[in-house]
Amino acid sequence: MNKQNTKKIKTEQNSEISSNKQLSGPSAIIIFAILLIVLTLLSFTLGRYPVPLKELLAILGNKIFNLFNGSEKFWTDQMEAAVWNVRLPRVILSILVGACLSAAGASYQGVFQNPMASPDVLGASAGAGFGAALAIFLDLKHVNITLSAFVMSLITVVLVFRISNYVKGGKVLGLVLAGIIVSSLFNAGTSFIKLVADPTNKLPQITYWLMGSLAGAKWSEIKFVIFPMLAGIIPLILLRWRLNVVTMGDEEARSMGVDAEKIRIATIISATLVTASAVSVSGVIGWIGLVIPHMMRRIVGNNYQWLMPVSMLGGSIFLLLVDNISRNVTTSGIPIGILTAFVGAPFFIFLITRRGERY
Amino acid sequence: MSLEIKELSFAYDKKLVLNNMSFTAYKGEVLSILGPNGVGKSTLFKCILGFLTEYTGKITINGLDASSLSVKELAKQIAYVPQRSEPVFNFSVRDIVLMGTTNDLKLFSSPGITEQAKVDKALEKLGILELSDRCFHHTSGGERQLVMIARALVQNAPVLLLDEPTANLDRGNQILVLKQIKALAKEGYTIIQTTHDPEHSYMFSDKILTMKNGTVLSCGTPSEILNKETMKSLYEVDMEVFSLFDDRARFCVPTSIISNEN
Repeated sequence: MNKQNTKKIKTEQNSEISSNKQLSGPSAIIIFAILLIVLTLLSFTLGRYPVPLKELLAILGNKIFNLFNGSEKFWTDQMEAAVWNVRLPRVILSILVGACLSAAGASYQGVFQNPMASPDVLGASAGAGFGAALAIFLDLKHVNITLSAFVMSLITVVLVFRISNYVKGGKVLGLVLAGIIVSSLFNAGTSFIKLVADPTNKLPQITYWLMGSLAGAKWSEIKFVIFPMLAGIIPLILLRWRLNVVTMGDEEARSMGVDAEKIRIATIISATLVTASAVSVSGVIGWIGLVIPHMMRRIVGNNYQWLMPVSMLGGSIFLLLVDNISRNVTTSGIPIGILTAFVGAPFFIFLITRRGERY
Repeated sequence: MSLEIKELSFAYDKKLVLNNMSFTAYKGEVLSILGPNGVGKSTLFKCILGFLTEYTGKITINGLDASSLSVKELAKQIAYVPQRSEPVFNFSVRDIVLMGTTNDLKLFSSPGITEQAKVDKALEKLGILELSDRCFHHTSGGERQLVMIARALVQNAPVLLLDEPTANLDRGNQILVLKQIKALAKEGYTIIQTTHDPEHSYMFSDKILTMKNGTVLSCGTPSEILNKETMKSLYEVDMEVFSLFDDRARFCVPTSIISNEN
């Protein structure tokens, strides 16, 4: 039908702008998955108690499948403790937190139709920070700090939702404005707690937590967050195609049979759940939710069908890499929040100042 | 198969925008809606598409009451081509068109081989298959409009609503897009489009509806509607309407220009 004529349509660009992706989605998933596996194995061999690959695989095989029956052990108990009790929980938590923050960032960017959106938009990080600071101030320990961070993070998001209903103008604008307001309020609360906290022990603990770290990763923390993380991640993966349609705007989405409002609410709740879960165990780690999805957009394009899983893998790889740097560069370990900012900010400047590029 | 609007009225904050409109668009015809800016054309589309629901009157699509249809059911009946679509993210042309298949997918599914084949078919039909891997932001205005029409085609709905499909296009691209629209009507689609171009609506429509003050001023075949009396009452400008090529085309010129008046 009118093929001849249509081919004459004037094009504004030359043929070099033929594609917006460098890698197909499935290829990117395979490559990133291999990278993650290699980096995971490497993470065990680096550090103050490096564990050679052979011993590492034997320890993991024995722990999971009881391969050696206790008799043919060729590794030390110290090695086993380092792998199973210290390094493995930290590696797993890095992978989970990186995937969660990155998936949440990509999701927020989609539902807010705003490439600048990140998990901080809804105040989830600010709420979690306040909750943890309050728990430390009240002398609560371990899981209770995590629980407090988690609860306050969810309260923040509920508050943001409630306030946004009263903001005049668009719903998206209302959410963003309410997020800024509530974040500021909770950050002020955190500052107040720091002001009145005991400067000899509690203030440093609060400050360190707010800088983000996976240094104290434990199996108990993984058990605590794994279910809320999965409860958030699974819907984000399942709804990822519809997220594409939502980015086109509510009316266009509706004309294609998608109720954008329902998808938006489901996505925001899921993304907030994973953010709150991640922040509650790792402290405030910024930049991942903003920078990683952007990097991945450059690699696989903007289709959430592939962007979502690739962003999760990318987030895991990035946080694992940063955590390895944090562990190995200094004996005390630089807080991850600082490192992600050092890496994230310059990289983001590079991304947004590249000429002729759009999201 | 048709779209029937009966006694449709809609008000924004007590200001009546649509006032007792009635008309029918039949299968296989292009109905062009002509009218000055702010006359309610966009509001009419928003009511038909279910974006606005608090109207009075009745919208019937292929025998179904539009107000009783779910979002999914409505999308099975009507596909929409917006005047200008500016995705925030730079999707590929293929991804944009694939979005039109969403209504056929289950809630948690993503498009597969079947949907990809539908996209190829639609792109090929419109002669833009070679654009499929190009970034949407890197296509020309005419190409974009064809991409949006391709998206509407894969939605597989019998009624197409096009909001000023040739706005912002150069003359060549306007004609190409209009030819495709006309060809789709011949295939059996019911097409309703808004336009500000009386000459184009004359050449490429089966029926023209003129709208003023939120209501139907006149509705009929192009030769019945495109005359200087209707143009005068529609745009409040004196115009001469010239017939060309055995009346296969008509051309409107403001009288003030011909007579050198200011």
